[in-house]
Amino acid sequence: MKQQSMKKTQLNWSDFNRGIKQGIPIALGYIPVSFTFGLKAVNGGIPVWIAILISLTNLTSAGQFAGAGLIIAGASLFEITLTTFVINIRYMLMSLSLSQKITRMPLYKKCVMAFGITDETFAVASLGKTEVSFAYMMGLITCPYWGWALGTVLGAVTTSLLSEKLQSSMGIALYAMFIALFVPASKKSKAALVVVIVAVSLSSVLKWAPYLNKISSGWSIIIATIIASTIGAVLFPRKEDNFD
Amino acid sequence: MTKTLVAVILMAVVTYIPRVFPIALYRRRIESRFFKSFLYYIPFAVLGAMTFPGILDSTSDFYSSLVGIMVALILAYYEQGLMKVALGAVLAVYLCELWF
Repeated sequence: MKQQSMKKTQLNWSDFNRGIKQGIPIALGYIPVSFTFGLKAVNGGIPVWIAILISLTNLTSAGQFAGAGLIIAGASLFEITLTTFVINIRYMLMSLSLSQKITRMPLYKKCVMAFGITDETFAVASLGKTEVSFAYMMGLITCPYWGWALGTVLGAVTTSLLSEKLQSSMGIALYAMFIALFVPASKKSKAALVVVIVAVSLSSVLKWAPYLNKISSGWSIIIATIIASTIGAVLFPRKEDNFD
Repeated sequence: MTKTLVAVILMAVVTYIPRVFPIALYRRRIESRFFKSFLYYIPFAVLGAMTFPGILDSTSDFYSSLVGIMVALILAYYEQGLMKVALGAVLAVYLCELWF
């Protein structure tokens, strides 16, 4: 009884620690990716402190890569904002998906933890078997947040020390991390595998097919995600509240 | 410089908005089995769509990207964790670009 009443008032440390543990691999995966970001941004002429500020305030991979690229290219504020927004619309789907899996909590807590929704923290939180509490989510996002910042700092100050070949090789790190997230899950579930294959095929078609290839990559991801998830829901409807 | 700073702030705002609105505003439990299933499959779909075909252009050479993809897929299949998969793929691409 005593323990139960404590749980309600205090931060749930066991949830927080579970989050921290699951966040460490994400943070380690982020370092090479944000390193690449820092490198590219500073090489393109963005000041070191601005590169770091972008990572601290945006905390997103694809969006800030594109945004920084446009800043370097001297694009208009409108174009920078619109492109970043379109790339990030996918977060609405993740945020909605997560809204169904969180424990009851006040609005301000939802607003705080929403900042830490990334492709990776979302994938780990939503593929987990338990409900997502505020404490768990805060634990989960702590290390990735600082890992993302640390990698950016290292990349931003190292720039010219790395050979061009090594810099180009690091471009694959972000995508390899995505692979590390969906392959183990698709191995265990045929439904997940089908959804991944459909999504990959659609986004490839949207990139290469005539006419369709005019759609920006941000919209392509959204269209492919919605169609692939719909097909998954039609072919493999889920049983009641089962998070496996 | 001011323009860059404004750009960064705008980027931060349009990154936060899609993250916060659905989770803050949508408080009901979705009852529809179809919609629940749809939301369940989103992480798989979004990760797949973000990875391919973008990964093919992620390095300076198409063939070295292919090698990187193979290495990442194999390491991920054996559940080696995010960091090992990421560094393994980078290393594979780098070795490829050194040799060929």
